[in-house]
Amino acid sequence: MLSEDLKNRIRAYIPMYPRKQAVTLPALHLVHDELRTVSNEAIVEIAEILDLHPSEVSDAMTFYEFFKGEGEKLGKTRLWVCRGLACMLRGAYELIEHCEHKIGVPCGRTTPDGKITLEFAECIGACDGAPACLRDDKHVMNVTPEKADELIAELRR
Amino acid sequence: MPYEPILLARVAQPDSHRLEGYRADGGYATFERALKDLKPEQVVAQVKDSGLRGRGGAGFPTGLKWTFLPKDHPGPIYLCVNADESEPCTYNNRILMEKDPHQVLEGIMLACYAFKSQKAFFYVRYEYGDAFRTLQAAVDELYAAGLLGQNILGSGFTLDVVLHRGAGAYICGEETGLIESLEGKRAWPRIKPPFPAIEGAFRKPTIVNNVETLACVTQIMKRGIDWFKSLGVPPDPKNPRDAGSYGPKLYTIAGHVNDPKCVELPMGITIRELVEQHGGGVWKGRKAKAVNPGGLSMGYVNVETKLKDSDLTEYDIPLDFNGPGRVACLGLGTAAVTVIDDHTSMVDVLHNTCQFFSHESCGQCTPCREGTGWMLKITDRMRRGQGRKEDLDILVDVADRIGIMPGTTICGLADGAGWPVKTAIRKFRAEFEAAIKSGEKSKYAKTLSVVGAH
Ligand SMILES: Cc1cc2nc3c(=O)[nH]c(=O)nc-3n(C[C@H](O)[C@H](O)[C@H](O)COP(=O)(O)O)c2cc1C
Ligand code: SF4
Ligand code: FES
Repeated sequence: MLSEDLKNRIRAYIPMYPRKQAVTLPALHLVHDELRTVSNEAIVEIAEILDLHPSEVSDAMTFYEFFKGEGEKLGKTRLWVCRGLACMLRGAYELIEHCEHKIGVPCGRTTPDGKITLEFAECIGACDGAPACLRDDKHVMNVTPEKADELIAELRR
Repeated sequence: MPYEPILLARVAQPDSHRLEGYRADGGYATFERALKDLKPEQVVAQVKDSGLRGRGGAGFPTGLKWTFLPKDHPGPIYLCVNADESEPCTYNNRILMEKDPHQVLEGIMLACYAFKSQKAFFYVRYEYGDAFRTLQAAVDELYAAGLLGQNILGSGFTLDVVLHRGAGAYICGEETGLIESLEGKRAWPRIKPPFPAIEGAFRKPTIVNNVETLACVTQIMKRGIDWFKSLGVPPDPKNPRDAGSYGPKLYTIAGHVNDPKCVELPMGITIRELVEQHGGGVWKGRKAKAVNPGGLSMGYVNVETKLKDSDLTEYDIPLDFNGPGRVACLGLGTAAVTVIDDHTSMVDVLHNTCQFFSHESCGQCTPCREGTGWMLKITDRMRRGQGRKEDLDILVDVADRIGIMPGTTICGLADGAGWPVKTAIRKFRAEFEAAIKSGEKSKYAKTLSVVGAH
């Protein structure tokens, strides 16, 4: 199920670590980024590459709520709205409500057209620009409702 | 005279992240000199004698930690750079990595030379995508320039730096949680001892250091011990166990201020000075009510509470390793200062705090998993206007009983969950009692359901 190219990119990490198991997170990231989910089949194939039992990969993966597993799928963009204290103090809860309303799905869900997955996040380390969001893994700072609307419109395009 | 920043000296320059500019400013000359002229033990001694204490939260003396590694170990010895930076309201590591990655990398190289490590794992939280890419480019530049890899500059010293991305879990910042996560397992902190210096990553001796700590190593090796000790606060003569609070410190200011930002100052500035002179003062012409002095785990200060035999208040405590402890907070933590204005409900603040720790508890230890969960349930009920008279005592009771300090848990997350609860309730009890009595609902009572584990 994983392409040969993707498998090779996973294998390329192996020499960097003293044990193959350490490639678990890099491999999960590679697969998750590209396929927007890590299916059970993908887990088996990652385990094969790393000489692990699939349950070891699955055990590590499920610790991090970050990864979407079998039957779940990320949208094209993952938009995280920070709910940490510094952001709460500067309007994060209002911003989360605003985004849920505008995007039409609650946190944790993906729009039916597969464009946006909305999430809440704990402090994302951008408190100098609170309230802040992450667009995949990039910070967006000082997010006013207007700025959020522009961002959402862009992600819908 | 205003303080001239050292750690942040380069961050405003264009292309401050590039090797070329860093070298033009004298970068890596210190490392090259160390390779040529210093024995590894001399580097350890200089860092130890500078009095540098770790910037990651615990304030452990850095050079001393390095000496805990087994003597004459055949290797490998590993360095894990802790860039998980997830303590809420903290962002100084991000600025260093995005704007001056080479300063941090030079510290890594000096540290590895000092304790004879040939491999550094740089664990960067997932949320720092820009920092990660900037670091990767910087590491690539170093390999191309022959400053990383085999036999660096013909010195016989070999070093590889491997960047590793986290996946959105606070507990990966705890040093043994980080190691487990790096190894490809659930980020469950390990029972200590053995400490990582004896048995760490891949069961080998390992040093875990924070990003800012390593930037300080660069500057200590460049500028010397006297420079470092000319800044900050010497040990308290009345406290034989105090190691002092020397050096510059990156303070981050957040919350209800006009100008949230990261500033570098000699250790020991007071909260009041920091907020008023560097954070632009409290926003909207309001007054500060509470301050979190060093990341959520440290607890809260009450701006109005007078210090004993003094006109000063808790707002005037110095932000050095001892200051916050004098007003019953846990410590300096990450020196992340968050200001809460007098229009804000402490019920909401405390609920937000409990929400974080409940979400981030890794679930291994029953007191932490259950305690953080119950503290969230109780504060949630309070913000829904259904608080009970006995709730405040229950909260303090739970907060007092979970953690390493009473000896009920594996790691410090549980202590960190307890301190904000007990300090908020002890210091703002009247406000909590009034909220319970009135049965008033928080303006946020409807939003944000409680969701699973990180
Ligand atoms: C729950 C928890 C989270 C932590 N998170 C971090 C972190 O994000 N970054 C960090 O440097 N230290 C963090 N620490 C402290 C580390 O365990 C460790 O003390 C530190 O990385 C050592 O580096 P230093 O000596 O240079 O400060 C955390 C500790 C605990 C208990
Ligand atoms: S104290 Fe909490 S976070 Fe730390 S190991 Fe125990 S359950 Fe996990
Ligand atoms: S609290 Fe939102 S970025 Fe820190």
